[in-house]
Amino acid sequence: MDLALILIQTLNAVQYGLLLFLVASGLTLIFGVMGVINLAHGSFYMMGAYLAFTLASLTGNLFVTIVVGTVLSVVLGALLEWALFSHLYQRNHLQQVLLTYGLILIFEELRSVLVGNEVHSVQVPAWLDFSVPLGSVMTYPAYRLFMSVVCLVVALGLYLLIQRTKVGARIRAGASNRGMVQVLGIDIDWLFRLVFSLGVALAAFAGMINAPASAVSPGMGMQVLIVSFVVVIVGGIGSVRGALLASLLIAFADTFGKVFVPDYAGIAIYVVMAGILLWRPEGLFKS
Amino acid sequence: MSSLVKSPARAVLIAVFFALLAGFPQLDQEFYTELVTRVMILSMFAISLDLLVGYTGLISFGHAAWFGMGGYVFALLGSKYQITDSLWLTLSAAMLVTAAAAFIVGLFVLRTRGMFFIMVTLAFAQIFYFFFHDVKALGGSSDGMNLRGKPSTALGGWVPFELTDTNTMYYFVLVLMAVLLLFMALLLRSPLGRALQGIRENEHRMEAIGFPVFRYKLAAFTIAGGLAGLAGYLFAVLNSAVNPEMLSWHQSADVLLMLILGGMGQLWGGLVGAFTFVLLQELLSSFTKLWHLWLGIAIVLIVLFLPGGMISLAERMKTLWPRRHG
Repeated sequence: MDLALILIQTLNAVQYGLLLFLVASGLTLIFGVMGVINLAHGSFYMMGAYLAFTLASLTGNLFVTIVVGTVLSVVLGALLEWALFSHLYQRNHLQQVLLTYGLILIFEELRSVLVGNEVHSVQVPAWLDFSVPLGSVMTYPAYRLFMSVVCLVVALGLYLLIQRTKVGARIRAGASNRGMVQVLGIDIDWLFRLVFSLGVALAAFAGMINAPASAVSPGMGMQVLIVSFVVVIVGGIGSVRGALLASLLIAFADTFGKVFVPDYAGIAIYVVMAGILLWRPEGLFKS
Repeated sequence: MSSLVKSPARAVLIAVFFALLAGFPQLDQEFYTELVTRVMILSMFAISLDLLVGYTGLISFGHAAWFGMGGYVFALLGSKYQITDSLWLTLSAAMLVTAAAAFIVGLFVLRTRGMFFIMVTLAFAQIFYFFFHDVKALGGSSDGMNLRGKPSTALGGWVPFELTDTNTMYYFVLVLMAVLLLFMALLLRSPLGRALQGIRENEHRMEAIGFPVFRYKLAAFTIAGGLAGLAGYLFAVLNSAVNPEMLSWHQSADVLLMLILGGMGQLWGGLVGAFTFVLLQELLSSFTKLWHLWLGIAIVLIVLFLPGGMISLAERMKTLWPRRHG
């Protein structure tokens, strides 16, 4: 086994894991704080990617694209929460599952109509379009390293937000005991809207930043959704820490699964999930 | 049979419905006869899920795994490995294999609850989806498999009927669907059925009373799996083809939709839901290519405004009509 190859795959796994974390953390927060399962979460990732493609062709600048895209996602998240999701908090799980499934259908079809179903690519910005040498023979795309760094920074920012700010304390309190937070006089509606928008923005941001690295394709939302679910199952619902650990675990399982057992790579992550479930049915960290 | 027939009005409605179903093939509309056969098979699929969702309170998002598996058992036995094409053997095999698989998966997933359970059933269904999508020995191909033909009903030298005839297939499925409904009605009245409904109402209390809740849930999960396998088997026979999409989570979502459309925990909910769902699909797709969009909107509206399904619509309308006495 070539050492350089292992290093490359490790870097790939870390990058994929951090990206997954951005998506999964939104999913687990929304569930942990509001108790809502959101199947449409993968669609936000897909929307981010297609948004990046559309805005990038308009502005030609990835940085501007991501900033504008993130702002738009936050607005979209707030609107969706106000119009639809706020009605779901009292509903049972099945209704949440089905309503958000309906949303997937709507989003996918809207995307089909507005942007089409083709696979697109987004240009890597010129200043990042080079390869970093690893050892004597192999190289690694600089953009992917950049992605990992950015995702790590965002993850750190999320951690600081949740653990070290007043808002974060309220989010954690809301996840523990919604009713008590309301009784204490905190505006729970506003808090929920914030958390939801944050979740949407994280997923969309992940889609945007990943767009130059891999293709923007119609099926990407569904793919990332199911893997995110596995991450949340393994990490524990509502646990951001769990989501981080699980994302990396799943990313490594998937990446190295493809290397060592390419024919069965598809089920590698589920085998890991089944194993963890046998050991801890509630996931690695309980919220 | 109080769960089957709630009132004389209901009894008449059911009788009329079955009379219509029985007479339908005589109209000689082969396309529609096949369509209704498909709907009946989907009803059986939905009813099998209702045992879990409506009566035990277990929301499985992976039920399509058993549906597809039932079809693939027939595909593998009859077409790929050509071991047997006897209806009696392949149908039994399909139900046994899917029930066994459901039993094993149940051992894993039933340790989880609520939201976890939903996600974990989805994930396990994905495993089976990958098996039939990727593993060559299991017919792995994204296009699925075309089947050699309908199963043979031969018993020794005697051939009771041929499933190659559209009408015969229709009646065969109709009889099976009626048998399934009777079976469900009996099951729900039985001690097992009562225990399941108790678990749906309050699992902790059932545990406190001393019921081995896990075993009951496992029993429900296994039975539901086997019944879904039956539906999948019939689906494969009808279409003379299998496809990994039979195990996809879209299929799992569709059957859940049928339940919420029709009404859960009502024996006829699966049936009403399947008919409504297919009707909705056919109508929407004939109007517009974007029918997914309208289906999505319809789903959102139904969940927001009519979460009890179409059956609850009947209840609601009753309250609109003031009863006049004397």
